[in-house]
Amino acid sequence: MYKLTTRTRAGTTTAIVAVALVLAGLPLPAVTSRGVIQDLFFILTMLTLAQLWNLLAGYGGLVSVGQQAFVGIGAYAMFAGVILAGWNPVWAILLGGVAGLLLAIPTAFFAFRLQGAYFAIGTWVIAEVTRLLIAQWKTLGGGTGTSLPREATSNILGTDAIRALFGVREAAARDILAYWLALLLVVIVTGGIYWLLKSRLGLALAAVRDNSEAARSVGVDTGRLKWAVFLIAAAATGLTGALIFMQTARISPDAAFAVTDWTAYVIFIVVIGGIGTIEGPIVGVIVFFILRSALADYGSWYLMTLGVIAIIVMLFAPKGLWGLISSRSGLHLFPVRRRLTGPKIEGGI
Amino acid sequence: MIWVDTLVQGILLGGLYALFAAGLSLVFGIMRLVNLAHGDLIVFAAYLILMGVTLLGLPPWIAALIAMPLMFGLGWLLQSAVLNRVLGKDILPPLLVTFGLSVALQNGLLETFSADSRRIPAGSLEGASLDLGIVTVGVMPLLTFASAIIVIVALNALFYHTALGRAFRATSDDAVTAGLMGIEPKRIFAIATGIAMVVVTIAALYLGMRANFDPSIGPARLIYAFEAVIIGGLGSLWGTLAGGVIIGVAQTFGAAVNPEWQILAGHLAFLAVMLLKPRGLFPRAVD
Repeated sequence: MYKLTTRTRAGTTTAIVAVALVLAGLPLPAVTSRGVIQDLFFILTMLTLAQLWNLLAGYGGLVSVGQQAFVGIGAYAMFAGVILAGWNPVWAILLGGVAGLLLAIPTAFFAFRLQGAYFAIGTWVIAEVTRLLIAQWKTLGGGTGTSLPREATSNILGTDAIRALFGVREAAARDILAYWLALLLVVIVTGGIYWLLKSRLGLALAAVRDNSEAARSVGVDTGRLKWAVFLIAAAATGLTGALIFMQTARISPDAAFAVTDWTAYVIFIVVIGGIGTIEGPIVGVIVFFILRSALADYGSWYLMTLGVIAIIVMLFAPKGLWGLISSRSGLHLFPVRRRLTGPKIEGGI
Repeated sequence: MIWVDTLVQGILLGGLYALFAAGLSLVFGIMRLVNLAHGDLIVFAAYLILMGVTLLGLPPWIAALIAMPLMFGLGWLLQSAVLNRVLGKDILPPLLVTFGLSVALQNGLLETFSADSRRIPAGSLEGASLDLGIVTVGVMPLLTFASAIIVIVALNALFYHTALGRAFRATSDDAVTAGLMGIEPKRIFAIATGIAMVVVTIAALYLGMRANFDPSIGPARLIYAFEAVIIGGLGSLWGTLAGGVIIGVAQTFGAAVNPEWQILAGHLAFLAVMLLKPRGLFPRAVD
């Protein structure tokens, strides 16, 4: 008769709108230009990275400044799969996820010895070490990097069908494929994180976030929880990295392990949008893209502005833009709070 | 013989890293704050000194002396206007604020001074060397190392033999109780960051005179400084010097084997210490 539920009207509406948006997004390449598809690809991949970082920092309390390690290793694993093993790039993306997961194990082993801020720089050191080691890998271009070979890029799974369907050239077909994969990835990652937060693991995460000692006293294994979150985020970040570099088809250690592109931007997106919510990164990535388009001609002023905005947000609205919206309106698009529903109790509250 | 030379150069290089790290160590020791903009602030101070040298025609030492109070003021302002607002139990806000500051500072410097690498001219000191019989060492690295030792001795004296140092230690142990005793923790924090910025200025002087610098090199300096602090153990300034020396020696030996391995060798030494002694070699503070 009584049951626990996280369902709310706003949540149901979100689900319907999300499905509609994804369905509308699928045929988009037929009606828009290649530039728009590339922009959307950028937005979707940044959103994926932001959701993953938010899972780590916002829910898991693991403030990593080294996520570029997983983007980079995922991208390089994809290139290795294509160049050394002759895999189709689409399948090689999966290799990126595996590589991210494998790198996460020693990384967690080292970084979990460090607390708080030291954890942050510790992950950064490991990302640097990974970059320097990969730069020694001469078969994949060493420090200068390499490109996907011609025969691989022209045979990417599904691009022939896309070329026939939309009547576009090879490079544009690769963009469309990458866009679809990014759409798929963002749905899986966002949906997955939402599901995770509603599950037992999510309840445990919320408990640890609110009071780590109290959580442990009721039997939450905080150490195992951290490992789980870190490994999940690393594997998915590796997949995203592999996808990003399948689209560019060119890689170098400096680009693949760039702290600015894969960590600084991502942190700003999450902070500006609102850390610790699923809505936050979505709001953040929209603001980020608008700022990027508006300030594109001003070079490094753009990054400087982002940095200053992040400081201001942290000082005056630590819950980000979504926090402001949600505290005023009480709106939660992705409700995770458990409520007891059922018939009203007579004489009760 | 070449190994002895490499060892000595590495130890002297460690002095530079200890200078980078001393300010970081001081701030962390007192308020448990890791300033992710530390490296960029060193680069900023280097540009400040460079401006004194090129615009005002001052010798670098004098320019650094003038930059010190300016940097103290900047640190004081940064702490009281920004960082004091975000200090608390949650480590995320200060971390994100200093990360924002790091990116803003880096790109602000890039806009103002361009990406060209610059150097603080040090006149005849630049190429000067001393023949010590077994090895020949540069005067500049020797001065750096001596300065690192002087800075650490001075900071330790400040910490353990002055009223301000007592306030620092009291606030570090328990800010609330220190407040009951008439110490204003936020003011103490502002002074501590100011002093850290003075140390940053000294580090910047040597950074700029020894090698070329440009706006992008800050984060790497932060990482070396951080590694030195962790290797040495939290809260021990002499440990920080030892940590700097370990990184320096690892780097010069790495470079002697293969120039591409210089930075990598330093990082690997750090990871090795982390594996064997997670709390560093000479831990003092418990966190």
